[in-house]
Amino acid sequence: MRTTQKSRRRAAGVAFTLGAAMVLAACTGGDDDGGNSSAASCTNTIKVEDAPVVTVWAWYPAMEQAVDLFNENNDDVQVCWTNAGQGGDAYQAFSTALEAGSGAPDVMMIEAEFLGQYTIRDALVDLAPLGAADLADEYTEGAWSDVTEGDAVYAIPVDGGPMGFLVRQDIFDEYGVAVPTTWEQFAAAAEQLKTAGYDGYIANFPPNWWAFFQAMAAQRGWAPFEYDSGSTEIGIDMATPEAVEVLSFWEDLVDRDLLATDEAFTADYNASLVDGTYASYVAAAWGPGYLAGLSDADADAVWRAVPLPQWEGQEPRQVNIGGSTFAVSEQADNPELAARVAMEIFGTEEAWQIGIEQAALFPLWRPVLESDDFANLEYPFFGGQQINKDVFLESAAGYEGFTTPPFLTYVYDQGTEQLTALVEGSTDAAGAMEAMQQSVTSYAESQGFTVVE
Amino acid sequence: MVTTTTRAGERRAVRAPVKPRPGRIERNRQWWGWVFLAPFAVVFLVLLVAPLAYAFWMSLRTSTLAAGESFTGLANYQRAFTDPLFLQGLGRVCLFVVVMVPIQLGVALLAALVLDTLTTRLSRFSRLMIFVPYAVPAMIGALMWGFLYSPRFGPATDLFGLVGATAPDFLAPGTVFGSLVNIVTWQWSGYYMIILYAALRGIDPSLYEAARIDGASGRQIALRIKVPMISAALVMVVVFSLIGTLQFFTEPSILRNVAAGSIPVHYTPNMYAHGLAFSYQQFNYAATISFALGVIVFAFSYLFLFLTRKRSGLNS
Repeated sequence: MRTTQKSRRRAAGVAFTLGAAMVLAACTGGDDDGGNSSAASCTNTIKVEDAPVVTVWAWYPAMEQAVDLFNENNDDVQVCWTNAGQGGDAYQAFSTALEAGSGAPDVMMIEAEFLGQYTIRDALVDLAPLGAADLADEYTEGAWSDVTEGDAVYAIPVDGGPMGFLVRQDIFDEYGVAVPTTWEQFAAAAEQLKTAGYDGYIANFPPNWWAFFQAMAAQRGWAPFEYDSGSTEIGIDMATPEAVEVLSFWEDLVDRDLLATDEAFTADYNASLVDGTYASYVAAAWGPGYLAGLSDADADAVWRAVPLPQWEGQEPRQVNIGGSTFAVSEQADNPELAARVAMEIFGTEEAWQIGIEQAALFPLWRPVLESDDFANLEYPFFGGQQINKDVFLESAAGYEGFTTPPFLTYVYDQGTEQLTALVEGSTDAAGAMEAMQQSVTSYAESQGFTVVE
Repeated sequence: MVTTTTRAGERRAVRAPVKPRPGRIERNRQWWGWVFLAPFAVVFLVLLVAPLAYAFWMSLRTSTLAAGESFTGLANYQRAFTDPLFLQGLGRVCLFVVVMVPIQLGVALLAALVLDTLTTRLSRFSRLMIFVPYAVPAMIGALMWGFLYSPRFGPATDLFGLVGATAPDFLAPGTVFGSLVNIVTWQWSGYYMIILYAALRGIDPSLYEAARIDGASGRQIALRIKVPMISAALVMVVVFSLIGTLQFFTEPSILRNVAAGSIPVHYTPNMYAHGLAFSYQQFNYAATISFALGVIVFAFSYLFLFLTRKRSGLNS
């Protein structure tokens, strides 16, 4: 009796040990699969089985169709596309893979203002020797300067974010208020809408979207950073009179309860954008696509796009938020092939037809950007208005660029803290800008930069 | 590791006695011991000890964007313990401990005591209902509360509207602390309740009978007999709660998606470490923060166990 029990236990022990070993083996096996760029992890289906594969991370709305189109047109290379999250989430994954030394995609979608964050870590391949040097003429000057540093080309521009002003014409009409063309009129219209009995707000001032404030201040001439990629010197001058003036303008409207202060990109904000809580949306060129993609929109809403309001007594100035590029990561097995994919996914008119009609992207590729079709395109969401001709083409043409530091994520997080304190009333415009100057300066110093005023 | 005090306990030899020639059975036992230990030992070494050692090594080095990486010894620790953001976060989780641990413990103990005296079917149902929030994954729970707190989608606006009041903003910088306490209490009290309830069921009922014969009221039985009898379980619950709260991460990280202004990146030390590593690519300093936090959590837990050693049953 005893012996049988013992041997049974023994058998159980061996079985357990074996089982555990198998589980461990299975785990590591799984890791291997995830680590290399096998076709198994693609969101799309590979059309040509034995062609070399280039992995791409991107979060464009109609990316799947664009990838399918590319794969159908190319026998000798196939794209394996994954959506690794939007913006910050994708960057976190990408940065971690870079640090780990493996797992990064061959081609990565990166917003133009974040490129510096990666070039400083030598994470991106210079595409100039791989054929990108010849592309300079195919993009607008501003777009090309955003992705180049001297002769080096670190990314291929895809879409842009020139700004415009999207308004609910029906709300402005109902309360008899004229759509503003200057910021001074904007402040007056906010007041007029309120007194006329409109129970929403003229617009939202999102405290968690520093990029928005950055663009607003840039329009007044604010250029807080001076930085050349690869340099260990950086100029930081955030608390300038222009910045304080612009922030005071928004602070004043918030204090008078004329603006909503909801955090952007939350469910509440999305609902308010389309249900008439906000009478307007100060937006980049990807804004119309964002609006059209929201559910539960007010069916009777009449949207119109007009140029971004300007400051009285100042030359009109155009600004930009976002817009993105394709860059090739230093982990790419075959940089030449990866560069080709980065250049060609959105390098055809067919692909741009998808990009414009299904993803509402604003192209930076001149053959499409300067085409009559694009200028004359009528947008059903705007009641057939030709918003590119009316607003965004001019805005894009006037954009002169904006220098960002190679630690923009930090600046944005600090900005969120300061703007939240501002709308809560625990700081004022001057205090917020001064705090930004101090924290960003000390961060730059802790990162080994020499800060010059 | 384990020092076995010489008493009646070691009829079964834990370690092989140091003899020049252990017997065949003894040797067999040793061998089997290692076999049984192997799966755990491998996982322990590969997934715990090695990463810890690597993290410590990382924390001794400094890497900056402009100047590259270098060995800096304990400089990172000096920086951490003078870093206002880390200290703020630490202060905040300590405040969470002071507020949240007593509330959780109180709710769990009260629920366990009440359920222990009830014998109806209602008791089984309530037990399940109190436990259910724990079965909801922490992330889902936090997402759900994010919607409940929303002025537009949550019920608060309507409820306060019934009496003509305006609902408070649950996600404002001043109120988000309370909102987080609420989420965690909702999520974890049921779990602690089950632990305490199980301990209560383990008490010999004849004790209650004896107490009743001696004239003890229901309340006296609860406070004078039941609570002291489950003190070991109470200590365990406090330790769980203490460690969990000092490492506070999931709920504020999820709520940050809807309240980025109220919950900054450095809201708790764990969030700070995560932000440093994955948003700012400061992996070395993040390792320092994590290690520093680990030491503090260990110190707190040890101190607490030391102070309650008479109650916890650990020294017997």
